[in-house]
Amino acid sequence: MSQPVIEAKGLNLVFQTADGPVQALKDVDLVINQGDFVSFIGPSGCGKTTFLRAIAALEHPTGGTLTVNGMSPDEARRMRAYGYVFQAAGLYPWRTIAGNIRLPLEIMGFSRAEQDERTERVLDLVELKGFGKKFPWQLSGGMQQRASIARALAFDADILLMDEPFGALDEIVRDRLNEEVLKLWGRTGKTIGFVTHSIPEAVYLSTKIVVMSPRPGRITDVIDSPLPRERPLDIRDSREFIEIAHRVREGLRAGHQDD
Amino acid sequence: MSALWLAVGFWLAAWALNVWLAGSRVSQTRFGKALVPLIFGATVLVLWEGLVRGLGVAPVILPAPSVIAAKIAVSLPTLWQDFAQTILKGAIPGFLIGAGAAFLVAIAIDRSPFLQRGLLPIGNFVAALPIVGLAPILVMWFGFDWQSKAAVVVVMVFFPMLVNIVAGLQASERMQRDLMATWGASYLQSLVRLRLPAAMPFVFNGLKIASTLALIGAIVAEFFGSPVYGMGFRISTEVGRLGLDMVWATIAVAALAGSVFYGLITLIERWVTFWHPSQRH
Repeated sequence: MSQPVIEAKGLNLVFQTADGPVQALKDVDLVINQGDFVSFIGPSGCGKTTFLRAIAALEHPTGGTLTVNGMSPDEARRMRAYGYVFQAAGLYPWRTIAGNIRLPLEIMGFSRAEQDERTERVLDLVELKGFGKKFPWQLSGGMQQRASIARALAFDADILLMDEPFGALDEIVRDRLNEEVLKLWGRTGKTIGFVTHSIPEAVYLSTKIVVMSPRPGRITDVIDSPLPRERPLDIRDSREFIEIAHRVREGLRAGHQDD
Repeated sequence: MSALWLAVGFWLAAWALNVWLAGSRVSQTRFGKALVPLIFGATVLVLWEGLVRGLGVAPVILPAPSVIAAKIAVSLPTLWQDFAQTILKGAIPGFLIGAGAAFLVAIAIDRSPFLQRGLLPIGNFVAALPIVGLAPILVMWFGFDWQSKAAVVVVMVFFPMLVNIVAGLQASERMQRDLMATWGASYLQSLVRLRLPAAMPFVFNGLKIASTLALIGAIVAEFFGSPVYGMGFRISTEVGRLGLDMVWATIAVAALAGSVFYGLITLIERWVTFWHPSQRH
């Protein structure tokens, strides 16, 4: 169970911008094991999204090593090692919901029958059964985001990377979707990387919380959560939960005092 | 003078009728939506007819609609021959070749930033050439028949299409392109499944602009040399003979052809880009 899936050692990433170089990641060391639910939390500019994008080979580190399943991120990307969920649903408006979910399957060359079967299955998984024939703009924001999660799940990658997937949704929808993501994680045993700027969200979801701080983007604390894997919503009122949240908050504050 | 008063009377009556229709429930129906502009169009024709007859306007200045309609009725074979020569042989092939070439060049530009810096300015330069200068040269090159007209249309259509397709290919959002990357999509897969569909609203904008340019180009190019038929030839020779009724008849055909051409593109656009916010109903 505790096989390392993602390993970063001394990872550096510098963006060349018009205002000179910006150090987005500085000396990041992190190991993510199989089946972990890892949250990255920190203020904007702390490099949490950049780190996730580096894992997905959407950004390229300028120093240090980063491996995914023992491969370089680019190789892992071509092996279709992960599904990625962005902050916005990013569904293609000219395709139906089912057509959007089928898109990565078409690209990866699944057979027609398997495309249908998998699309049905993931629609069911995110509770969108019967909405396959709708177009994205006919659904609410929460449903669109669920469809985008289904799309990332359809090809059954072992790693799921989520970049503030519920950031644009209201609190109530967000709670529901958080619960669903936890259930999904419990059922599938995937390794999940989850970027957020909400402390309760990070503590509620994760087995490992990575606290980051900006200028330069770096890790200030890594917290292994003692919470059980089964987590009803009201676990958020327990003492353990509040203690972890407190530690996260302290970590965030310490990062800020360095400025 | 009675024709004039009759026309003015018709105008006022039709006006009142349309005001009443627009306020009534009939205007909400499909039938009502078509009826109001039809009444307006008929009014324009009746008023035109009445003014020309009542005020005794010379036919060289402005022939009455009934005279133009009569001319159309007796010259159908000529008008059809002109239409076939100018629109079917000149404008439409030129339009298709120009748009097709622009599409291929746009893909080449998209693949290579080097071409983007080289080809766009050249395209811009060609587009800036005045058609009255270009058309005689192309007539010298490609002869008097439809080939030179198609060539003029190609030149006129090419640049607006190119600019629109290049812009369209860049219209997909970064996140949508990132998604393609995370799925390990090839250039071709990403082009066909994401960037071309996303470019379609731009492409249809270009096609609509190009459709009117194609018509203008095909007609004007005939002013600089053509066989003894064609819409541009007809207009320039009939003006010389003071056959203004025939000029108007040709203009009517051109207006009709242009509207049908444009309408057809709009229909296809509605079908292809049904997902775009401007097309959702």
